[in-house]
Amino acid sequence: MELVRSLQLVAGEEVLSISGLILLLWAAWAGDKAARAISIASVAVLTVAALIAAPALYGAAMGADTVAFGGQYRADAFSAFGKLLIYASAAVTLIVAPAFFDRFKAMRAEFPLLVLFAALGMGMMVSATDLLTLYIGLELNSLASYVLAAILRSDERSAESGLKYFVLGSLASGILLYGVSLTYGFTGTTSFEGIRHALSAGTLSTGAVFGMVFVLAGMAFKISAAPFHMWTPDVYEGAPTPVTTFFATASKVSALGLLMRISLMAFGAAPAAWQQIVIFAAILSIVIGALGAIGQDNIKRLMAYSSINNVGFILIGLACANQPGAAAMLVYIAIYVAMSVAGFVAVLMLRDENGDPVESIADLSGLSKTRPGLAAALAAVMFSLAGIPPLFGFWGKFVVFQAAVQANLVALAAIGIAASVIGAFYYLKVVKVMYFDEAVDKVRGKSDLAHGVLLVIASVFISPLGYLLTNWLHTLAGNAAAALFHV
Amino acid sequence: MSGFPILNLMLLVPLVGAVACLKAGREQARMIALVTTLVDLVLGALLWANFDTGGAQWQFTERANLFAGFQWALGIDGIALLLIALTVFLMPICIGASWNSIEKRAGEYYAAFLLMETLMIGVFAAQDLFLFYIMFEAGLIPMYLIIGIWGGADRIYASYKFFLYTLLGSVLMLIAMFWMVNAAGTTDIPTLMQYNFPPHAQTWLFLAFFASFAVKMPMWPVHTWLPDAHVQAPTAGSVILAGVLLKMGGYGFIRFSLPMFPEASAQFAPLVWGLSMAAVVITSLIALVQHDMKKLIAYSSVAHMAIVTIGLFAFNTQGLEGSMLIMLSHGLVAGALFLGVGVIYDRLHTREIDRYGGLAINMPYFALFFLLFTMASIGLPGTSGFVGEFLSLMGVYQESSWVALVCTTGIILGAAYMLYLYRRVVFGEQKNADAAAMPDLDAREWAMMVPLGLVTLWMGVYPESFLAPMRKDIALLEARVAVAAPKGDAQVKKGAAKPAAEHEAAHGEAH
Repeated sequence: MELVRSLQLVAGEEVLSISGLILLLWAAWAGDKAARAISIASVAVLTVAALIAAPALYGAAMGADTVAFGGQYRADAFSAFGKLLIYASAAVTLIVAPAFFDRFKAMRAEFPLLVLFAALGMGMMVSATDLLTLYIGLELNSLASYVLAAILRSDERSAESGLKYFVLGSLASGILLYGVSLTYGFTGTTSFEGIRHALSAGTLSTGAVFGMVFVLAGMAFKISAAPFHMWTPDVYEGAPTPVTTFFATASKVSALGLLMRISLMAFGAAPAAWQQIVIFAAILSIVIGALGAIGQDNIKRLMAYSSINNVGFILIGLACANQPGAAAMLVYIAIYVAMSVAGFVAVLMLRDENGDPVESIADLSGLSKTRPGLAAALAAVMFSLAGIPPLFGFWGKFVVFQAAVQANLVALAAIGIAASVIGAFYYLKVVKVMYFDEAVDKVRGKSDLAHGVLLVIASVFISPLGYLLTNWLHTLAGNAAAALFHV
Repeated sequence: MSGFPILNLMLLVPLVGAVACLKAGREQARMIALVTTLVDLVLGALLWANFDTGGAQWQFTERANLFAGFQWALGIDGIALLLIALTVFLMPICIGASWNSIEKRAGEYYAAFLLMETLMIGVFAAQDLFLFYIMFEAGLIPMYLIIGIWGGADRIYASYKFFLYTLLGSVLMLIAMFWMVNAAGTTDIPTLMQYNFPPHAQTWLFLAFFASFAVKMPMWPVHTWLPDAHVQAPTAGSVILAGVLLKMGGYGFIRFSLPMFPEASAQFAPLVWGLSMAAVVITSLIALVQHDMKKLIAYSSVAHMAIVTIGLFAFNTQGLEGSMLIMLSHGLVAGALFLGVGVIYDRLHTREIDRYGGLAINMPYFALFFLLFTMASIGLPGTSGFVGEFLSLMGVYQESSWVALVCTTGIILGAAYMLYLYRRVVFGEQKNADAAAMPDLDAREWAMMVPLGLVTLWMGVYPESFLAPMRKDIALLEARVAVAAPKGDAQVKKGAAKPAAEHEAAHGEAH
């Protein structure tokens, strides 16, 4: 009976993996001609998986009912929150991809499948409650991601970014695995529950602390937090833009979800041991993300630094090490996903006369005159990322800083928010180029309808109208955070 | 009027206008903007007419639980009423000032202005701490665009400076707000105004708020963004910047710093006085040597705002009322002076003082109005400038005669730089042929100058109209800060009690 119950709990993952395998056969059979059809089918599969996950979130599922496979896995509200965001981001990636790849005649049938398997791995990451499940999910996601980064085989930058991501990603996985082994060695268990129990009993052994540090270092790489952020700008710039969108949204959500689960659940009994590391990484990410972006002239690189910067703010929520902090992180992550989607879709829509992507910021000069709608959306993304009210990006910063002040981390909040002003400088630069400079009229290409629709939806979400969703968002994030802290 | 959501409507009207302007052409956009701002002016007049002077402290309150963590809560007292009235009064004039001078991207321009109007009214009407913060900060975006797109030659530097300076000032205030809400358990401003924060915490909270309001005000030495922003902004941008945006700093002190942190306000009063004294003297002297008309008026604004801050930190009724009156008066007068500069700038396209001269000959009516506003800026009795400055200085005299002494030099220096400006621009010989050929005011410019002139005189001759709505609120504020007020050096002694009738008469004169 236990097995049946467990299989019911992971229904979403089963749907994803079985459909993935069937679609793989279809892809092998029909070849690249079927790429679009497979994409559409994959979006449908992701929608079904999301629908399966949603009730757990709305019903605030938590506790023993959600535990599957003897504590290896949890299908609670927290994992549902993460999965919904992951599946939605993956669907967005699949929707925006064809218009981009068609330009290079490189829409391959493998693409939707890799996204599907990566999403499956990510879903496992946010549900994992055992070090081994965690690692399986992580690697399933990573291997698919390495290939995705390099999917434009003929493009040197894409290949380079794939290689970089692979080498550095493997290194990080190694570090993480080393941490896992130390943690196992010193606590005698791989289950999060067990680790929590072992850490809460008596004094903390040095080995266990080392284990935690290594695990967190490996995770810091995955979420691209400083000082393990170096790969981000190169990979974001080199990878095809739809893939970058995927990395900036789904990958971020899953890695952050995993980090939250592992630090708040497994290491939750000894927050003092890792809080300082998180605070250090948070401030460093905010500052490096802000300073590094200043000299950038490629919009994708700029978005990469911006993601480092934003991860810093999200980590402030983690530094609180309490339930309101976790809820604040989730709200921020949801808003950040919307901002990234809007930002990258807008970048995808920047095409010159021949339909080639325009990525240089200088080429956006005077965009507000030639393409007012697109410029306004991009400006809204920039102000939103900078956290300027009344745009919705402000709300993300609002909740994490509020959580930090409530957790008596006033100094951290003050430093973080002061550093956010540095970040405002480069976001303003993009707005300045688009609005104040003379028009160069480089961006003349037609945009895909799907891009336009997605951009409008995401822009409305990050506009002041987004505030009307705060009650709903807070309820969901509250459910998810409560599940995370339900021991 | 009870139950009619007039404040919501006042916020909504410009917002709808802004959306309509976005897509409209130049002609349509300016008509939409004019109509919208006039509708808001009428609504503002209705608001004032229905305001129950001496009635409940908070009127026209509207509340809706739309958001998590804060409320959509509006409501005004007399202080907010006057500042909202100032805003809606200046807005049609701003649109008028832009009527011909804005040629490129007019739709977006008017949209930005109307958005500013919504946000400014929102700042004064917000009764929720975070709603206030959102409105307060949101104004940065349209103003950044106004300066950056339609500004002068050095507009980009000025827009960055404006944005980053004010942003850096404000973010720490947000952290302080979190702390306050955490401690008091509410985001409601009226409740927080009654809440007693522990004195040691007040120190930090005060400093965080001070960082924001001092930059916005602006106080010396964080005023340097203002001359740049003023000089580069288009005329209407300068009017709104001087007229309303600077008042947000003063409003912040009245609404937050003083009532919420009375002990810390008293503790830091010497700091505020010191900065204000420095500002009055230094910026007046700087204004004296300016060659750029807008820069001169910008520095004079800093000096006037310093008189506002000393009045606020005098902790007595005269000082507080005086500060409010200076803010209103400065809103009108500095706005009018920028408008005057705009009038001649539109004709000659330079702000260089030396390029003008002898305008009294070819532009007599312009000279008349410019004289009126120059005198009002100096604080000549009978104009609005006098009442506020007099009350404010009298208020601070009770606290510290030295501060009053130093700040009064501001009046003398003010007369010096303003009259010097007037002499160089309007009097003297007509040394530049092109300046001598400029036509006098046209109908549009008359329509902008006359209301400003009339209100300036009204406020100077019968300030009671403007004092009455806020008297009760100022009294409440005074009672709140009186506990902590530092002991003054004036040694005022109460005389023997007089018969009641005589006392009433004396009281009436003081105002």
